[in-house]
Amino acid sequence: MSAHDHDHSELSPMELRVRALETVLSQKGYIDPVALDVLVDTYQTRIGPRNGARVVARAWVDAGYRGWLRRDATAAIASLGYSGRQGEHMVAVENTPARHNMVVCTLCSCYPWPVLGLPPTWYKSAPYRSRAVRDPRGVLADFGVALPESTEIRVWDSTAEVRYLVIPMRPAGTEGLEEAALAALVTRDSMIGTGLPLAPPPRAR
Amino acid sequence: MTYRSHADLGGRPGFGRVTPEPEGELFHAAWEPRVLAMTLAMGATGSWNIDMSRAARETLPDYARLGYYEIWFAALQRQLAECHLVEPDEAAAGRMLHAAPPVARKLMAADVAAVLAKGSPTERPALRQARFKLGQAVRMFAGVVPHHTRLPGYVRGKCGVIARVHGAHVFADAHASGRGEQPHWLYTVVFDGAELWGDTRSQRLKVSVDAWEPYMVAA
Repeated sequence: MSAHDHDHSELSPMELRVRALETVLSQKGYIDPVALDVLVDTYQTRIGPRNGARVVARAWVDAGYRGWLRRDATAAIASLGYSGRQGEHMVAVENTPARHNMVVCTLCSCYPWPVLGLPPTWYKSAPYRSRAVRDPRGVLADFGVALPESTEIRVWDSTAEVRYLVIPMRPAGTEGLEEAALAALVTRDSMIGTGLPLAPPPRAR
Repeated sequence: MTYRSHADLGGRPGFGRVTPEPEGELFHAAWEPRVLAMTLAMGATGSWNIDMSRAARETLPDYARLGYYEIWFAALQRQLAECHLVEPDEAAAGRMLHAAPPVARKLMAADVAAVLAKGSPTERPALRQARFKLGQAVRMFAGVVPHHTRLPGYVRGKCGVIARVHGAHVFADAHASGRGEQPHWLYTVVFDGAELWGDTRSQRLKVSVDAWEPYMVAA
């Protein structure tokens, strides 16, 4: 993924400008270029929504853990090894038949990085940021999700340094599944509140 | 001087549909991850704080027509120039032309994991009692804020209820303008959809923001 893999003649004006700045920062001794590689690799391979899926699956199988998430999500999530930047103050919000939670940052792109990684493009986009607080059912329709009229939609606009993780409802027919198989059903979007977990594979039903 | 944020989008019409994206599709050009990493690495030098970075981004005059990482890149260049760490002629030339003023820290590759795992918690010891308690009705400040703020326009002047009390946190409004941390109590304030939007589409809708004590008065 590094810009340095490409020949100069192929580079766009933006690529050239970014490469130029990186060169200056490196010459001035402000950055370690290898640290930049490590940062990118971290968010491409180690810190992403599979972390959050583990948290959700644990909450589904372990009532004690679910209670800990309610009381102190930061500590409960850290116990699985996920903590730090953009997840310093975590709150877990649980979906129920009566209430569906959805998370947005209308002012920028605040997102719980340790459990979900970097936000998807749509999360940072004007359509989502403008409409999530105004017409969340319309946003859900864009994702192909329709909820019963009786379900309250609860939108959390992360306007400070608290970060929210949605705990979706455990899908029906998953009683026989182990934690790892359950985690595979937990989608990124279901932990933001714009989607639902996947249905279990037929054999598990 | 007036302060104008172009980032306060909550409730504004006309932006169209949301386009879903598969999990794992993080970047759309090779330069984007470099901008992400440069921004994080320069943030780690201690030359500015995250609220200053948000202010630098949201006040870019062409914010609305820039892509996400273009915004990050433009703001990074702006902050580097304002701090005289990288002058515009250096960014244009792609090489160092002036002496390098020292920075407090440099993020080395070996320290990345530890620095990310530590993060930057914003909770601070409370210096006074919280003025509001769970379930209390509050009204949000209704006026114009002449500096960076995290009080979205769509809740200004609206009545809500304290739903969570988060302790005292670094106050973004002060922190963004170099006036220190000035911790204040932080609350989740929840609003009925009808209070915000006044229409039937908003039935069975509740929206909350996280808001510092100076943003509100008892209702």
